[in-house]
Amino acid sequence: MVSNYYFLNVIRFILLVLVQVLVFNKLNFFGFINPMVYILFLYWYPIKENRAAFIGLGFLLGIAIDFFSDTMAIHAASTITIAYMRPAIMRFVFGVNFEFQSFKLSNTTRVQQITYLALLIIVHHLVFFTLEIFSLANFLLILKKVLATGTATLILCLLFGSLFSVRKE
Amino acid sequence: MQQIINFIIRYKNFLLYVFLMIVSLGFTIQSHSYHQSRFFNSSNWITGNILETSNDVSTYFGLDTENQKLMRENQNLRKLLFNKKELDTIVLDSVQLTYTITTGKVIKNSFADPRNYITIDQGSKDSVAPDMGVITSQGILGIVENTSKNFATVQSILNEKSNINAKIKNTDHFGSLVWDTKRYNVVQLIDIPRLVPLTIGDTIVTGGMSSIFPENIPIGTIRKFDLNTSQSFYTIDVALFNDMTNIKNVYIIDNSYREEILKLEKLTETNGQ
Repeated sequence: MVSNYYFLNVIRFILLVLVQVLVFNKLNFFGFINPMVYILFLYWYPIKENRAAFIGLGFLLGIAIDFFSDTMAIHAASTITIAYMRPAIMRFVFGVNFEFQSFKLSNTTRVQQITYLALLIIVHHLVFFTLEIFSLANFLLILKKVLATGTATLILCLLFGSLFSVRKE
Repeated sequence: MQQIINFIIRYKNFLLYVFLMIVSLGFTIQSHSYHQSRFFNSSNWITGNILETSNDVSTYFGLDTENQKLMRENQNLRKLLFNKKELDTIVLDSVQLTYTITTGKVIKNSFADPRNYITIDQGSKDSVAPDMGVITSQGILGIVENTSKNFATVQSILNEKSNINAKIKNTDHFGSLVWDTKRYNVVQLIDIPRLVPLTIGDTIVTGGMSSIFPENIPIGTIRKFDLNTSQSFYTIDVALFNDMTNIKNVYIIDNSYREEILKLEKLTETNGQ
């Protein structure tokens, strides 16, 4: 059971990286929108796991994407930020009861799930585009990119989420 | 001592986060001021091979148009060759050639970021080295930045760090070609003096001041021009000939005199102090 569980996460990691770099990095919807569906890994990752390991995994995921897209370590910086902030976001969305043993993501309401995912995406994209553009003079451009790409990411993540729903966890 | 250890244990997640953040920011900021990192690029073995495999599959869908493009180019070259007046024997001795050309295929292209890099399937094994020019049949593409054994990354002209010598065709007024990161089909030519007569539609080509590109490689046409804030130089919007979103076959240009030129320039600089 335990090995099965790790196996699932490893497969998920590899598949999400490949899907991201081979499909979604080439999308260029409207010329600049490349949705970042790999955030789903951090969204799905089990809650009761060691936090340090989670941040480490987030870094690995980000750096893997960075290697493929020649973006230095921008993806890595964004993923570790949401990996670090995830408990705070979850506490905000689900209240204190997410710390209970019986808490399951699939037992929460649809609105809560979407809010949780949207918050992860917004934080991730804010860090990402701020670092990518690297000047606060272009703050409006950053906001525009965050909104446009964020919406696309959210929609695609929701679609993927309903395709591969996490029933067993 | 006990307290310090307690502190570290208590805040270990935060410290790990800060540490990893510093590492990533370090890589990122270093690349802003200087070249792309030697290690963090898609020309390494794993990413190169995965991208190449994926590209091998997707190439099939564009074979037809790609062939037509190459046929058109051949047609142009044949036209030039047949209409050449003084038909002497053309010596193709490799010792006498200034420029040698390698062909390559694009396996990864990007144009939506402020700093775009293209990965090609030729590397140091095929004698591709950093700072060689890369062009397509229609125009200029970029400069090789890093190479591995089988792959190379190219700094696209759609990169805010890109700076290439360019001039207006049939004149000797040259300036620098840069990109304002706004649109993927428009780049900017700056530092053209105010007294130069310009017309919309004029062709922009590479200048002879660079040791990377040969002179007169097409870049694009003038789309719009304005004086800059100091009112003494033009900022020209150049519409590219290349469709940067659809690139397959590229040519890598090696200038065999480049090292000699660089050595000479360096010598002059040190002597001039």
